[in-house]
Amino acid sequence: MTEIMLKEKILETFRNNRDFLEKTIFQKNIRDKAIDQFDKLGFPHTKLEEWRFTSLSAVLKNDYSICLENTGGNVDVEKFFHCNVADLDTYTAILLNGWFVYKNAPVTKFPDGTIIGSLLHAMKEFPELVKKHYGKYSDIDNNAFDALNTAFAQDGIFIFVPDNVGVDKPIQIIDILNRQENVLVQLRNLVIVGKNSKLTLVHCDDIFSHNPTLTNSLTEIFVDENAVVDHYKMQNNNNHSALIATTYFHQENNSRVTTNTITLNGGLIRNNLNVAVNGEGCETNLYGIYLADRNQLVDNHTFVDHIKPNSTSKELFKGVIDEQAKAVFSGRILVRKEAQKTNAFQANKNLLLTDEATVNTKPNLQIYADDVKCSHGATVGQLDQDAMFYMRSRGIGEDNAKMLLMYAFADEVVTKISIDALREKICRLVNKRLKGELSICDQCVLHCGSDEQVVFNIDLSK
Amino acid sequence: MLSIKNLKVSINNKKIINGFNLEVKAGEVHAIMGPNGTGKSTLAAAIAGKENLEITEGEIIYKGKNLLGMAPEIRSREGIFLGFQYPVEIPGVSITNFLKTAVNEHRKYKGIEPLSASEFLKLMDEKKKIVELQAKLTNRSVNEGFSGGEKKKNEIFQMAMLDPTLAILDETDSGLDIDALKIVANGVNKLRTKNNAFIIITHYQRLLDYIIPDFVHVMYNGRIVKSGGKELSFELEEKGYDWIKKELENSEL
Repeated sequence: MTEIMLKEKILETFRNNRDFLEKTIFQKNIRDKAIDQFDKLGFPHTKLEEWRFTSLSAVLKNDYSICLENTGGNVDVEKFFHCNVADLDTYTAILLNGWFVYKNAPVTKFPDGTIIGSLLHAMKEFPELVKKHYGKYSDIDNNAFDALNTAFAQDGIFIFVPDNVGVDKPIQIIDILNRQENVLVQLRNLVIVGKNSKLTLVHCDDIFSHNPTLTNSLTEIFVDENAVVDHYKMQNNNNHSALIATTYFHQENNSRVTTNTITLNGGLIRNNLNVAVNGEGCETNLYGIYLADRNQLVDNHTFVDHIKPNSTSKELFKGVIDEQAKAVFSGRILVRKEAQKTNAFQANKNLLLTDEATVNTKPNLQIYADDVKCSHGATVGQLDQDAMFYMRSRGIGEDNAKMLLMYAFADEVVTKISIDALREKICRLVNKRLKGELSICDQCVLHCGSDEQVVFNIDLSK
Repeated sequence: MLSIKNLKVSINNKKIINGFNLEVKAGEVHAIMGPNGTGKSTLAAAIAGKENLEITEGEIIYKGKNLLGMAPEIRSREGIFLGFQYPVEIPGVSITNFLKTAVNEHRKYKGIEPLSASEFLKLMDEKKKIVELQAKLTNRSVNEGFSGGEKKKNEIFQMAMLDPTLAILDETDSGLDIDALKIVANGVNKLRTKNNAFIIITHYQRLLDYIIPDFVHVMYNGRIVKSGGKELSFELEEKGYDWIKKELENSEL
């Protein structure tokens, strides 16, 4: 299989299933336009600045089946999956291979007007709501994966929080991927948070599949005036998996967005985190921690677009890179001419544990306004040898000393997690991960580990 | 307890310690004095096991065991403690976590059960009193944001927690005001027993007003050039180091 063959296969699958796919979108021609764009752009390659350090060639050599049939519906996920974050009380929404899983109804409407459910069903039940935001923040003209997703994605999570509602519990989205074959999965989420409302979103990616998989996930989050969104992205994937996770935030006046991207394990992970600060008085905090070893590659591309004046963005990403692993960070900040009095700060710090571990970090500030405060910084370093000797001279063994130092390094980001139960869990997981006790093959974040393939009984008649 | 014979140490091929000899017995306090750059701190680091030192000749025998080639953590568990001249700040590692790990690794080495959380906190409270550490340590990172005096008190506090047999205090008096100096010296005196020994490395005599040494050694150019009782330190305080340098030059002629 070559990249060109895979692209051909994708285009052909689209042509053969065009009529079927048309039925699962609220508006005509959206998919046609997107597939044309994908055809034009093709898969990204290392000659593009945005993909210079992340080669997809190994991932695109695999033959993937493109499954279009619904694997969601009434699947009893509790049989094989339970979230073991103690004391984390959430509303849970689960996607299995990109399809919404539910027991009773595909869409749940709460008394306060909050809606959680399947995007596929929301398109039918609330077409006006979906239409207003769907595809409005993503960028199919310039981003091949956005185009590919828009051409194929049929289901995902839909969350709507009306004005003046503080959702009482965090909403947890769990993306589970588990297939017996190589698959290419597109999933799509849409989150709308109304004026003066508050939402905490915990978004977990869990890829159990033992086969090579390529997941292209796209999430659009609209944050209206005065709204507050806390967003956690937890990634603990199989080493054979490739994940392109793209998130678009759109902020209106005086809104506040805090994101935490926590990458514990994964084969290849590319996070595209984009925030359009389209309001005054906004606050945006982007935090991230990534731990990579073996031949893993973790790539965080962030983009904060300051469109309006008087807003503040802060960004801190930290990574521990071990063995032959590779990390990439690119932090782009754009301060437009109109965005006077912007404060934008960015830092990326990396700890390399071996000579073979690599990191490519690139801050990228484009400032067109003249009255702004902006800063950026990137560091790449090894463990502090003076601190190592100090600890060992107190009787702490080399491994434990190393672990304490790595943990201390990660701690600066972990302490930013504001949900107590989640922070404690992440604390323990980071600890375990750094000790080498956590690996997706035998243990995963939210799921007690058995090495057995999980088999689903899915009733397709529904 | 400790026997150092003909020790020669280089850093980046530069000879720092050049034929150093010292015998320390249980219950003794030895003071090592000398001008800057004579190898006092390198000697301390060599006993504690710092890794970038090249030990080209000689031996360090501690309780019958050869220390050379022994990892610093094993030396510590065997009862050696180094009080640092410049204690290292470790942001993000809490003192509690740091000391709990250390204490329990010591216990594991000796084959005893680890301390429970409450037993450990009790021990901390008890030992904090020795150096009059009032600050709440629990939520603070190791040495981070500590004043010079707090850092040195923290060294003695750690020493009290680990209860060593041989403690080397490297310029523990530097940067201390007189009150802090008394507290630190008092802490050391409380920990003195007939079973342990101290090597006090210092530049000035004033610490020795409070910790009375049994022996005073003058180190120059990487070896001991003069030894005596505590009266030697008074002589040094009065005359400085120049008379020793001169004496040495004369004898070499």
